[in-house]
Amino acid sequence: MSTPTITYHAPQSFSFARTAKIFIKETKYEFLKLLRNRSFSLAVIGFPIMFYLLFGVSNRGVHSSGIHMARYLLAGYACFGLIGAALFGIGVGLAGERAAGWLEVKRASPMPPPAYLFAKCMGAIVFGLIILTALTVLAVTIGGVSVTGFELVKMFGLSVVGSISFASMGFLLALLVPANAAPGIVNLIYLPMSFMSGLWMPIQYLPHSLQRIAPALPTYHLAQLMLGVFGYANQSSAASHWFGLAGFTMVMLGTSWLIFNRAQQNA
Amino acid sequence: MPATALIRETEIERYASAIEPQQAVATLTGVTKRYGDTLALDELNLALRAGEVVALLGPNGAGKSTAVRLLLGLIAPTAGTARVFGGDPQTPSTRLRVGAMLQVARIPETLRVREHLDLFRSYYPNPLSMAEVVRIAQLDGIEDKMFSKLSGGQKQRVLFGLAMCGDPDLVFLDEPTVGMDIEARRGLWQQIRTLANRGKTVLLTTHYLEEADALAHRIVVLSKGKIVSEGTPAEIKSASAGRKIRCRTRLSAELLRALPGVTSVEQSSDDVVVMTPRAEDVVREMLLRDETLSNLEISSPALEDAFLALTTSH
Repeated sequence: MSTPTITYHAPQSFSFARTAKIFIKETKYEFLKLLRNRSFSLAVIGFPIMFYLLFGVSNRGVHSSGIHMARYLLAGYACFGLIGAALFGIGVGLAGERAAGWLEVKRASPMPPPAYLFAKCMGAIVFGLIILTALTVLAVTIGGVSVTGFELVKMFGLSVVGSISFASMGFLLALLVPANAAPGIVNLIYLPMSFMSGLWMPIQYLPHSLQRIAPALPTYHLAQLMLGVFGYANQSSAASHWFGLAGFTMVMLGTSWLIFNRAQQNA
Repeated sequence: MPATALIRETEIERYASAIEPQQAVATLTGVTKRYGDTLALDELNLALRAGEVVALLGPNGAGKSTAVRLLLGLIAPTAGTARVFGGDPQTPSTRLRVGAMLQVARIPETLRVREHLDLFRSYYPNPLSMAEVVRIAQLDGIEDKMFSKLSGGQKQRVLFGLAMCGDPDLVFLDEPTVGMDIEARRGLWQQIRTLANRGKTVLLTTHYLEEADALAHRIVVLSKGKIVSEGTPAEIKSASAGRKIRCRTRLSAELLRALPGVTSVEQSSDDVVVMTPRAEDVVREMLLRDETLSNLEISSPALEDAFLALTTSH
C-alpha cells in the first residue's frame, strides 16, 4: 500500500494577467451563450429592427413639428433595444441561473464574482451596440436618415451608459423575481415603460396625464439623452437627465446590494 | 438534564481529541444553522481527514446539503465554525483547492462541453490539462457537443469534470451518479477511489446506499440535523439490527422472540425472518427445536436496513 501524499500548492500571489484572462473568457462565453440562445438573440435584435422597418422606414418622409420621424425612431428604438437586451439578458438570464443552482456552482469555484458581473454587463452592452448598429444601417440606407460620425460616436457612448444603467435594473430583478415569472414580469415593466417614455412615438402625442409620469421613468431620461444627440430633446437640460439616470442606477445597485447581503445572512 | 449535557461535552472532547487538528482537512465544529424557525443543523461536529472518502447519508431534510454548503462557504453558520484547510472556506485561496459537484437543474445549455471546461480551467493557476479533465470525467468524444444535446449521465460527467478542473485536494460530490448508466457509474467510482489513493479527500452525499457501501471509508448518518451514527460501513451494518435469518419453520413467532439474542421476528406468508446479531446460536437453537425447518438463508443486513433502522427511530 503506497503512502498517501498530499501536494500542497504554494500560495498563489494575485496575478493580474490571470485575472484579466478570467474576465475575458467569462465575457466571451457569456456573449456566445446569449448569442446562441436563439430565443433571446433573435428577439432582442429582431424586435427593434422589425419595429423600425414598420414604423420608422415607412415614415421616412414624415417631418412633423420639426422632427424627422425616421430619425426620432432611430434613437427611440435603439434605446428600446438596448434596454431589452439588458433586462432580458440579465434579468431573465441571471434569475434562471440562480434558480437552477448554477450560480452556486460558480460561487463555490474560485471564479472572482466581479468577473461574472462584468461579463453579464458586457453582454448587455455588446447586444445594445449590435442593435444600435443594425438600426443605424437601416436608417441610413433605407430610412433616408443622415447621421454624422460625431452623432454616431455619441450614440454609441450613450448606448454603453444606458446598458450599464439597465443592467443594474436587471440585477435587481434577478434577485427579486422568481425565475419562471421573470420573462412575464420583465415584459410587464419593460413594454409600458418604453411606451410612456416616448421610445415609440414622441411624448407630445401621448395624453397629458401620461406625459406627466414620464420624468419619473429612467427610460425617459435615457431617451431624452439619446434624442438630444439629434436635437430632439425636450427643453429640460441634459444635466437633469444625467442625474435622473445616475440616481436610478445608484438606487438599483444599492437595493441589489442590500437584498444580496440579506440573502447571504439568511442563506 | 445534566446527564445529557455531560455526555455531549465528553463527546465533543472525545471527538476533538480523536481528530488531530493537523490531520483534519475540513471541520465543522459545534455548527448550528438556523433558517428562520427551522433548525437545519444542531451543534454538528464533523471532520474530514486526508485520503478518506466520507459518505454523508440521511433522509431528505436531514441537513446534508446544509453541511456541504457550509464547508463550501456558500452559507455561514449561525453558531460554530467551519474550517477548510485551516482557513475560512469563503476565501479564494481555499476555493482554489476545493472542487464541488452540486445538483444543478440547468447549466448554460448553449455552450459546448469544451467551452464549459475551458472557462472553469481558467479559474485555477495550475489546472489539469483539458485532455486530462476529459479523460477523468469520461468525456472523450463528446467535448464538442452542445450541453443541451447531452444525456443525463453525460451532463453529470461534465459537472464532475468542472469539479476536477483545478486538481482539488478536497472534493464535494452531491448525488454524483444520478442518471448515470452502470458503466459511467463504475467509472466515476474508480475516479473517486483514485482520488482517495492520491491522498485527496472526498465528501459524498448519496441516496444510493450501494454507492456509500462501495466507496466510503467512513459513513456519517445525519437525521434532523444531528449525527445519529458514524463508522465504517461494516460497523454501521453490524451495529444495527444484526444478521438476517430467513427460513420456513413451524416454530411460532412468540417462541422465536423468546430465544436469546433475537432482536426481531417477522412472519410473512410462508417464511419467517429473524434478526439477530448472533445468527449461528439462534440457528442452532431453531434447528434443534424444529427438524422440519427448510429454505434456510442467512445474510448480512444490507446497508439499507441499517440506514432505515437508524433514521426511522429518530
